[in-house]
Amino acid sequence: MHDALTRAGRALRVVLLVALALLFLVPFYLLVRNGLAGEADITAPTWAFFPRELHWSNLTEVFSDPDLPLGRALLNSTLIAVSTTVGTVVLASMAGYGLARIPYRHASVVFYAILGTLMVPAAVTFVPSFVLVSTLGWISTLRGLVIPTLFSAFACFVFRQYFLGFPKELEDAARVDGLGYWRTYWRIVVPNARPVFAAVGTIVFIGAWNSFLWPLVIGQDQSAWTVQVALSTFTTAQNLNLHELFVAAGVSIVPLVVVFLLLQRYIVAGVERSGIDD
Amino acid sequence: MSARTARLLGPQRRNLWFWVFVGPFAVGLGLFTYVPLLWSVYLSFFNAHNTVNPTEFVGLGNYTAMLGDDAFLGSLGTFLLFTAFIVPATFALSLSLALMVNRLRFAQAFFRSVFFLPTACSYVVASLIWKLSLFNGVRFGLANTVLGWFGLDQTAWLSTTSPPWYWLVIVTVRLWLQAGFYMILFLAGLQRISPQLYEAAAMDGARPGWQVFRHITFPQLRATSVAVLLLLVINAFQAFDEFYNLLSDARGYPPYARPPLVYLYYTALGRDQNLGLGSAGAVILALIIAVATVVQARWFGLGRKED
Repeated sequence: MHDALTRAGRALRVVLLVALALLFLVPFYLLVRNGLAGEADITAPTWAFFPRELHWSNLTEVFSDPDLPLGRALLNSTLIAVSTTVGTVVLASMAGYGLARIPYRHASVVFYAILGTLMVPAAVTFVPSFVLVSTLGWISTLRGLVIPTLFSAFACFVFRQYFLGFPKELEDAARVDGLGYWRTYWRIVVPNARPVFAAVGTIVFIGAWNSFLWPLVIGQDQSAWTVQVALSTFTTAQNLNLHELFVAAGVSIVPLVVVFLLLQRYIVAGVERSGIDD
Repeated sequence: MSARTARLLGPQRRNLWFWVFVGPFAVGLGLFTYVPLLWSVYLSFFNAHNTVNPTEFVGLGNYTAMLGDDAFLGSLGTFLLFTAFIVPATFALSLSLALMVNRLRFAQAFFRSVFFLPTACSYVVASLIWKLSLFNGVRFGLANTVLGWFGLDQTAWLSTTSPPWYWLVIVTVRLWLQAGFYMILFLAGLQRISPQLYEAAAMDGARPGWQVFRHITFPQLRATSVAVLLLLVINAFQAFDEFYNLLSDARGYPPYARPPLVYLYYTALGRDQNLGLGSAGAVILALIIAVATVVQARWFGLGRKED
């Protein structure tokens, strides 16, 4: 009796999980379905699970539409996401290492000054940051889109926590061999800390690729649009080709899904180890 | 240790090396976070229409204008309402997903990936799917088609304000996008619970299921729960992308659903370009968030380790 109940409970849970999983996948299905359907299928009076015909040519068509600068936007997004990721990881890891390992009298003051900025979400400072960037003449430039976003207190915090728990013996051995902080860091510490670099890197990359408010505010010229801004401009415009929009959206998530599937375990490990749930 | 390394590691050298490592980051953070913050405070005391170099000092004028502005106060109300929906909903869903996935004996990685995958999607893309396919107007949306199967009336989801159906669209987008991330946090928390606790509970006759959850699992997840709540509220405060992408169109943005950031965006960078007023709003918002974070952290004793 008790056994049967537990088994029924377990079966119910699996059914519920499968149902939820399908529900979570529906939006992805809609993205692919609408991207490959013809305009008539998307706007048909009654929605059908399968479109009547598939238009694989949508995939190439969208890149040649002069109104939707998808190629340029993808290039901009790639440049921004890659340079943001590299810059953030280098700057934050060095700062995290310095804070964790180099004894300095005022290190805790510096650390709290960095940590305090976590309390002021970046999005809230977008008005004054916009003012600063426009004063510098960086509107619609790669510099303006990337440099102000490079100093992530969150990333610095994660690196510091990681380096605090890093085995000291390796570094001591390097010191005995006569290596200074600089070479110890690049030759010994970095190669042995690959997981945390992968974790922070993927999180930063996803954030940079998907960010919207900052590129919307700073990337004002069409030539500086990121994929997200280009898509947004077309969802809020009046006349649009729905199938093109959906193909473009589908193309825009491909890099992330690839990064995500390849590096998922690092993201999970990074989140688990970041200390934010401690 | 040789004399050479001893010299290299002396206090002077150490201070120098500290700044070599921390300096670039600290300078950048100062320049792009502290300077804008201070500049914002400065600007907020000036009348700054269309300019970043204001001359007319207005004292607290911008602050009183902002705090007496129904639209700004309304935006805070929108935030509160949004938080009241999204925080409990995300908390419940992500915790349930974690509990269900955690006990799976097979396909655990598969289900975890499915629920986490939306994290890779941007708010822009998700809003596009929600707005133009799932909850589309009166025709050709999936939601309306499903309603039709049950013989129910079709709904113009995004433009119906009473009942506020647009709210359903806004809440579900964020729920879909972020539940998987918080599920991972809960999974991490669950994995840290000692199996001995469950064995002890079983010996004491606790029935698996609700009793064990209430007396063992949930109390053990306290630290994780507090962190999740804190992150959820802070993120809700920053809601911009989905509101902007779901509700604005070629005709403009409807006034009934402006959370603070959307309101500030239109005040500071909209047609008015009122940077003084926008800065005052940003300062007020930053203060509210800082106070809310500190109060919440104190309230729940964030950082206190579990016994």
